[in-house]
Amino acid sequence: MHAADGYARATGKVGVCLATSGPGATNLITGIANAYLDSIPIVAITGQVRADLIGTDAFQEADVTGITLPIVKHSYLVQSAAEIPRVIHEAFHIASTGRPGPVVIDVPVTALLGELTYKAPDSLHLAGYKPTVKGHVKQIRAAAQAILEAERPVLYVGGGVISAGASDELHALADLIQAPVTTTLMGLGAFDERLPLSLGMLGMHGTVPANYAVHECDVLIGIGVRFDDRVTGKLSAFAPQARTIIHIDVDPAEIGKNVEPSIPIVGDARHVLAALLAELQKAELVPGRTAPWLAKIAAWQGEFRLHYEQPAAEGVVAPQFVIQEIERVTGGEAVIVTDVGQHQMWSTLYFDYRFPRQWISSGGLGTMGFGLPAAIGAKLGRPDKTVIDVSGDGGFQMTMQELATAVNYDIPVVVCILNNGYLGMVRQWQDLFWNKRYSQTCIAVQPDFVMLAEAFGAKGMRVSSPEHVGEALREAIDSGRPTVIDFKISPEENVFPMVPAGQSITELIGGKASRKTRGAKS
Amino acid sequence: MKHTLSVLVENKPGVLTRVAGLFARRGFNIQSLAVGESEDPNLSRMTIVIDGAEHPIDQVTKQLHKLINVVKIRDLEPQYTVASELMLIKVAAEGEKRNDVLQIAEIFKAKIVDVDRRALVLRVVGATDKLEALLELLQPIGVLEVVRTGIVAIGRGRG
Repeated sequence: MHAADGYARATGKVGVCLATSGPGATNLITGIANAYLDSIPIVAITGQVRADLIGTDAFQEADVTGITLPIVKHSYLVQSAAEIPRVIHEAFHIASTGRPGPVVIDVPVTALLGELTYKAPDSLHLAGYKPTVKGHVKQIRAAAQAILEAERPVLYVGGGVISAGASDELHALADLIQAPVTTTLMGLGAFDERLPLSLGMLGMHGTVPANYAVHECDVLIGIGVRFDDRVTGKLSAFAPQARTIIHIDVDPAEIGKNVEPSIPIVGDARHVLAALLAELQKAELVPGRTAPWLAKIAAWQGEFRLHYEQPAAEGVVAPQFVIQEIERVTGGEAVIVTDVGQHQMWSTLYFDYRFPRQWISSGGLGTMGFGLPAAIGAKLGRPDKTVIDVSGDGGFQMTMQELATAVNYDIPVVVCILNNGYLGMVRQWQDLFWNKRYSQTCIAVQPDFVMLAEAFGAKGMRVSSPEHVGEALREAIDSGRPTVIDFKISPEENVFPMVPAGQSITELIGGKASRKTRGAKS
Repeated sequence: MKHTLSVLVENKPGVLTRVAGLFARRGFNIQSLAVGESEDPNLSRMTIVIDGAEHPIDQVTKQLHKLINVVKIRDLEPQYTVASELMLIKVAAEGEKRNDVLQIAEIFKAKIVDVDRRALVLRVVGATDKLEALLELLQPIGVLEVVRTGIVAIGRGRG
């Protein structure tokens, strides 16, 4: 399931997965929920017991459409073979249009064994499904007007820009109005982070300049975002100076769900941004209007540089350094897939994402175990790219058996385990907020990851000193084989900066201590 | 404020579950829900009453709209709406109580649909406050069982 998800994220196409009835189908649940929360187009086809046995607690029967109801965009329980062509066409249409999402098709074995003469349906009849693509013209004009009057605008960009393929329009807009851009976790890659207008990610583990910019902006332009709690922190203290909040999203239910925008625009990000650009190009932009604002941001970027220290202890490397080395060795062109936890946050902070679909990570659900299978799917979708899976020792052990899949089908992904012997992100919270009472976060016993990789027929490597990080990465990539690199990292390193859950940006931890910028990291 | 939603849905298996499940999942409390086939046998019409003070009605209708099987939603305005509910009440009616019940039923235009030595079943149709008033009067006499359909509502005029 995660492989289908990784494939969909890497390519923009619908990912497909199959599972047998009962336990096969229930094993998809986490993956379906993951795709649902991140709006990833998936068609999941599950087997079901014979149609005449449904409801009798037959062998390997599970009510799949029932179990998945809250986590699908739509679902089908096919009754007979004759329905299959229509259902498949509808499912792909629903999964991939509007706000994308997973669609489940549950197919009884009687339908699978049935016969029919295939004929593609002439048209789809979905009376209740007509996603709004084009934004309202008057609203777009109002947004353009607010942007023209803005002195401190910020573009706050999410996964909707990536799924709509609106990255070019976003770059053009940011450039035209000279507004800084911050992305959510899901939006990483929508805006080239090497550009001066990039603020990096915002939110709980966002950069200080990104969070300060949102805090002080007068016009906030949210595009394909959902004002998630990991972004906003305390809602009442979010973007307190914003006179105008523009919210562009394809899903009308997202508008006003968490934050009431002054200018809501329902529509596909690419269409809306193109229309907004056209509107702004007609108007007279005052040159240099945002210059003082950009100067202030540049000052923050100088003051609050990302910072870490190489560990004093022997035998370990700084996790942040590993991420920087991945960027250096791959020329910043690799597709980066991650698991969930501290390594994921370091991967957001210490790598400059350049293009859409370069960054593949479980956002909304925060699914540990996502990394390796998603990387396999991503590599299948983008065989031309180096695919690196950055993982933790905890998350990797949740789906490490997929190494067999990678070896079996010769899918050369490079797994970089940032091994600290902890479920590090939870340990960090226990450290910062619970007086270091570490509970269920210490992985005292773990397998030898090098031997484990070799047992699967993959390549296994271990790195425990900084000077070997780069060459190990090079060797792994050049080997053309599925590889696991066990990076021993400082066990109690924390992710900073951090805004504690439910707090305002003013409660930020670890910002002031930061001395190294994104720009200065190589 | 109470909102009465008229929701046109595809008449297919599982659609009621999807709607009810959505309400449960989003934490919206349904005050009443009635459903049946509409003028088009392919479509069913649901009348859903919810408390708008508790949940932003906007969010409820937007979430409902996201269900693929939901075709159309109308938030019915009370002054332009005819709303009605049917209730069956089983009342203990022995001896002289029986006359009291019959009198009350007469006033409320409730129909006696079942009679037995010890109880009567009344059927009453009307606005919710009328039903409530009837129940209140019958309560001291001895209400044994109550069953209600939930409100069904329709817009006035041709619109």
